Amino acid sequence: MKLDAKVPAGSLAEKWDRHRFEMKVVNPVNKRKFNLIVVGTGLAGASAAASLGELGYNVKNFCIQDSARRAHSIGAQGGINAAKNYQNDGDSIWRLFYDTIKGGDYRAREANVYRLAQVSNNIIDQCVAQGVPFAREYGGLFANRSFGGALVSRTFYARGQTGQQLLLGAYSALMAQVDAGTVEMFPRHEMLDLVLVDGKARGIVTRNLETGAYEAHTADAVILATGGYGTAYYLSTLAINSNASAIWRAHKKGAFFGNPCFVQIHPTCIPRSGDYQSKLTLMSESLRNDGRVWVPKQNDDKRLPNEIPEEDRDYYLERKYPTFGNMVPRDVASRNAKDVCDEGRGVGETGLAVYLDFKTAIEKFGHDTIEEKYGNLFEMYKLITDENAYKVPMRIYPAVHYTMGGLWVDYNLMSTVPGLHVLGEANFSDHGANRLGASALMQGLSDGYFVIPYTIGNYLAGTELKKVTTEDEEFKNSVEEMVQRDQKLLSIKGGKTVKEFHRDIGNLLWNHVGMARDEKGLKHAIEEIPKLREEFWQNVRVAGSAETLNKNLEFAGRVADYMELGELMARDALERRESCGGHFREESQTEEGEALRDDNNFTHVAAWEFKEMGKWELHQEQLVFENVTPSQRSYK
Amino acid sequence: MEKKNMTIHLKIWRQKDARSKGKLVPYTVENVNPDMSFLELLDVLNEQLINKDEEPVEFDNDCREGICGMCGLVIQGTAHGPNPGTTTCELRMREFEDGETITVEPWRAKAFPVIKDLVVDRSAFDRVMAKGGYITVRTGGVPEASAILVEKENADLAMDYAACIGCGACVAACPNASAALFVAAKVSHLSLMPQGQPEAKRRVERMSVQMDEEQFGACSNHGECEAVCPKEIPITAIARMRREYWKAIVT
Repeated sequence: MKLDAKVPAGSLAEKWDRHRFEMKVVNPVNKRKFNLIVVGTGLAGASAAASLGELGYNVKNFCIQDSARRAHSIGAQGGINAAKNYQNDGDSIWRLFYDTIKGGDYRAREANVYRLAQVSNNIIDQCVAQGVPFAREYGGLFANRSFGGALVSRTFYARGQTGQQLLLGAYSALMAQVDAGTVEMFPRHEMLDLVLVDGKARGIVTRNLETGAYEAHTADAVILATGGYGTAYYLSTLAINSNASAIWRAHKKGAFFGNPCFVQIHPTCIPRSGDYQSKLTLMSESLRNDGRVWVPKQNDDKRLPNEIPEEDRDYYLERKYPTFGNMVPRDVASRNAKDVCDEGRGVGETGLAVYLDFKTAIEKFGHDTIEEKYGNLFEMYKLITDENAYKVPMRIYPAVHYTMGGLWVDYNLMSTVPGLHVLGEANFSDHGANRLGASALMQGLSDGYFVIPYTIGNYLAGTELKKVTTEDEEFKNSVEEMVQRDQKLLSIKGGKTVKEFHRDIGNLLWNHVGMARDEKGLKHAIEEIPKLREEFWQNVRVAGSAETLNKNLEFAGRVADYMELGELMARDALERRESCGGHFREESQTEEGEALRDDNNFTHVAAWEFKEMGKWELHQEQLVFENVTPSQRSYK
Repeated sequence: MEKKNMTIHLKIWRQKDARSKGKLVPYTVENVNPDMSFLELLDVLNEQLINKDEEPVEFDNDCREGICGMCGLVIQGTAHGPNPGTTTCELRMREFEDGETITVEPWRAKAFPVIKDLVVDRSAFDRVMAKGGYITVRTGGVPEASAILVEKENADLAMDYAACIGCGACVAACPNASAALFVAAKVSHLSLMPQGQPEAKRRVERMSVQMDEEQFGACSNHGECEAVCPKEIPITAIARMRREYWKAIVT
């Protein structure tokens, strides 16, 4: 199968306009004849469901939480980018496009990224109209800030809770459609399987998490907006219930998985403190605007941070990257933190942390200004660590935060399964090998508000869709299969809990498919993961029954998927024998230890087709750069 | 300074489903690290229960960083536990004494029926929001963002109210199980923005009606809601909602 990205013809700036004109449009009267399923209620899912409902489609919207308002987009702190140029500092659609392509280390599709930059401005308009309380200046206009890796101030924010406010905006639009009767909500429902009829995505099977009932739902098209797969690592900044199962089960039904090894490790998280730890908490990287990162010059310097004089401190980011300093992109900051800790200069009880120091900023701008900007983050830090970061430097360490990889989609956001569309973090699309700060919210809302409402019409109007019911064999078989799968999990009654298995797969991935990867480690992971998978299906211990609310059973199903996905992540990382963005192969680095791309051999998206357990076929989508010239990224 | 691990005794509300009767069941967890979060303590307990072939304690939680609003337990009689301005997931074991017995119960309100153990049904909140917790706008059919000016003071104040995470602690703490603070937070947020004005009247009327229909109680100014609110939403929101409501019915 040859991958066709369906990128429209024409110059970069005209592609989306022209495509919008050329796409087929569903007659307004006919829209209500189409049933759409949207899985997920984060920024991408909620904005898609609301916008599609408003257009007149019948929408069913599913989420695993008890309310659509809780999806993990809500955790995003820092902000959302847009090319408004309100600060008159030379920003433009082109600059946002260029920064995003470059930040992604030239592993994203030009046309998608340009469209993202174009609609970034519409997103701000939309959110403001919804009443999102963005930070304002005294004149009533917007306060913007510069954010990781950007030389212009293009980030809009609502205190340290931008994701929350944007999500509540999308949620409110969704609730308005629920009231209008165009969207029906299915909270506490988990998608277990994608159902194909005649090779097209025609519905899903879910488990009602409250009653345990297995249910089939039909549709004319299915939209997945179920987020990333960072929880495969066990510890991450994701929510406890975030998982990969929806996209993974769709992958096993034929949707290719793009660049599974592209994982973002966020540099500013609170370090772990013990084995019981269930998640890592991110501190918005906006902190790096005013905080200075350092470690002691000497190994094993046990002095308290405030007792270490300036001359004994190494502000290593400022030293190595004089232009960007503490603001280098996330992958660069993370890897450097790992390096200094590997050298033995890490701080804190575990030695796995570096300092983020606000002393200079407080001296310069005053305590109050810093408190106004970051007060809630400092409070959060205090809650978790019992330390006052106004007085003592914060300790930070990288943690898994975002997955750039995901289901492969074309320009219309459709996967390799006709009718299956994938939005937001769940797809592989716009961030290449590394996502810039404040761009995840932008992509989620771009896909949901401004792309899928157009492209779905093109699919529906141009596709023959026969009538299907839940009585069809395909649906009945899938339901039966899912019932049996859960029964199997419950019947093993082995000696190791789901959590222990989750920790094991997480450790394997963190150690060998983490911040730095090499052939030996990856081969080790590829050997070990199938063994762990086998052990899981022989020896897992799942509590309770399927007839009731049973979170342990839910988790068992998700962890089973990480045992398969983890192997693919390692295989993809092994296959990509270059370093790019968040993917750092030890074998491919410059003399200075920076990531070294291999454009001749790897300017492509790796799209994996599932064949059978442990077997995939690799397809490649060549990336063509007509408007920017890939250069070695340098943040010196 | 060495941190000393603790022994924690728990009395946890166990209830099979909405129809069954529940009761408090005692448990003990040893070796509790004071930096552990309260939900991590329950994780550790659940691992013990699973290994003993007992059913784990069900409790809602998701982001574990105080923003999603999914967690919520009544701990020692207080919604979200003893610390002001924190959610259950942000609570750390260092707030408790070694050997202490901690009682853990679900939110209790007529409008929030128990689903299982500590998990309750808060869908009433969604139904109230569907009646007007929004500004009606079409996707794409909106003015340029800088055409809408918002005074900084109002934007900041609106943000104070918009910070509500919809956890329901206000209802759980209120002797009348009133949802006034939750509804008022949204009404106040939108009433402070110029965009929110055209629908102000309809919004407050419809949301108030739905609030009653969901069998939330009336507000009689106890102020318990403000005391437990993890986002410290001020009770002035309720005064603001009342003004909005009076404006709506007399105009």
